[in-house]
Amino acid sequence: MKLTVNGQAHAISAAPGKRLLDTLREDLKLTGTKEGCGEGECGACTVLIDGEAVNSCLVPTCQAEGTKILTVEGLAQNPRWRKLQKAFLECNAAQCGICTPGMMLSACALPPQPTLQQIRVGLAGNLCRCTGYVKIYDAVKKALG
Amino acid sequence: MGQPATDRIEIVKPQSLRHAIDWLTSAAEDGSPLTLLAGGTDIYVLLNAGVPLQGRFLDLWGLTELRPAPVVSGGSLVFGALTTYTDCIRSALVQKHLPILVQASREVGGVQIQNRGTLGGNIGNGSPAGDSLPVLAAADAQVVLASVNGERTVPLTEFYSSYRKTVRRPYELIVRVEVPLAPLQKQKQIFRKVGTRAAQAISKVVMAAVGPQIAFGSVGPTVVRARKVEAYLREGGRSLAAAQRLLKQEIHPIDDVRSTGVYRLKVAQNLLAELGTLDAHK
Ligand SMILES: Cc1cc2nc3c(=O)[nH]c(=O)nc-3n(C[C@H](O)[C@H](O)[C@H](O)COP(=O)(O)OP(=O)(O)OC[C@H]3O[C@@H](n4cnc5c(N)ncnc54)[C@H](O)[C@@H]3O)c2cc1C
Ligand code: FES
Ligand code: FES
Repeated sequence: MKLTVNGQAHAISAAPGKRLLDTLREDLKLTGTKEGCGEGECGACTVLIDGEAVNSCLVPTCQAEGTKILTVEGLAQNPRWRKLQKAFLECNAAQCGICTPGMMLSACALPPQPTLQQIRVGLAGNLCRCTGYVKIYDAVKKALG
Repeated sequence: MGQPATDRIEIVKPQSLRHAIDWLTSAAEDGSPLTLLAGGTDIYVLLNAGVPLQGRFLDLWGLTELRPAPVVSGGSLVFGALTTYTDCIRSALVQKHLPILVQASREVGGVQIQNRGTLGGNIGNGSPAGDSLPVLAAADAQVVLASVNGERTVPLTEFYSSYRKTVRRPYELIVRVEVPLAPLQKQKQIFRKVGTRAAQAISKVVMAAVGPQIAFGSVGPTVVRARKVEAYLREGGRSLAAAQRLLKQEIHPIDDVRSTGVYRLKVAQNLLAELGTLDAHK
């Protein structure tokens, strides 16, 4: 199967039903994408497929063939997303950090200059057990608002 | 830990709808029907939880024939089976003609689920808590099934024979959902989902109404139209208490992990007040 991840083309031989999450972590060694719940609830495994946020724990790898995938490892390539990473640091938006890659990827799919309401809705599928969300919203607002 | 089920399942990928139908037919003839796979937001939850789903999967996701943007055609608002909740939210036509489907779509899961979950999957899954189902039932939606024999159309309200059992034959697939526009004209539309939180929560009770047509989700084995209440409203009935008594005769909610039957009945009865046509003092 051919996958394009963070702008780089890969040819892999994985089972078609293998979760995109596992293909990224095991076959491509991109372990920045995290598994929380494995049932679509927590958003820790969020990546972008063709610019849209998805839970990679629910996506069969064969459905990602021929698409453009963005993971947390690709954020540093783009000045806008670098700004987001910096804002997460500066605002203390990460505590344990397990939700952070997914949070940032969901933020990447937000409209330009999102309102607080748009941020809340856009990140509603990402759960955080540590921060209470306020600092996460602050970081997204600071970087993109 | 053994190899996860998702590494072991067999998925076949048809090149076209025709191809998909041919595969469905031959697999059904061999007595080993294929399981349809759309966005996977129900199926992968089961696989990840270790539910042993048998047999092969037919991956519909790449079939562009099933994913046209919602259109108005032949007097109906027409959706391809792979229409996602995000597609519904973004469609100006859906916003105009069936705004309660936009509202319901916004309340499904989070953005990630809205981007992958499809109407065909919500209908095919047949959970009584499926949030698009009361909307489609209230709007008299028709489900179009395709097979080698051509197409047949089944009203959504007749699509379920019992809990999670549908009239779909193993060699058929849902290709479209059609909502006739005429009954929507000038009718007030209402959607109310009662759950624990706005995002990611499965509903305890859902009500959708298109004028005097009212449907409920999560209050029985399948989505239901409140036919007795509808008849009462059509006859000019205005008493909320009388409508609530009628509703009690036609819905039979159960206790489960999310709520109790008694609570669900009470909530469903209270939701009738939101129709705006019933008087609490009569
Ligand atoms: C975190 C989370 C939150 C959720 N929240 C909600 C919610 O708020 N409300 C809600 O209603 N649902 C919710 N769901 C459930 C799910 O997202 C929806 O039911 C969705 O519409 C399923 O669509 P899918 O394409 O992903 O289905 P799939 O998982 O691909 O398929 C589901 C079922 O439908 C069948 N099927 C798929 N396509 C067809 C077809 N064309 N013809 C016939 N049968 C078909 C499949 O064989 C399978 O049995 C949630 C799921 C998750 C993981
Ligand atoms: S691990 Fe995918 S949503 Fe939780
Ligand atoms: S920082 Fe720990 S879960 Fe969000």
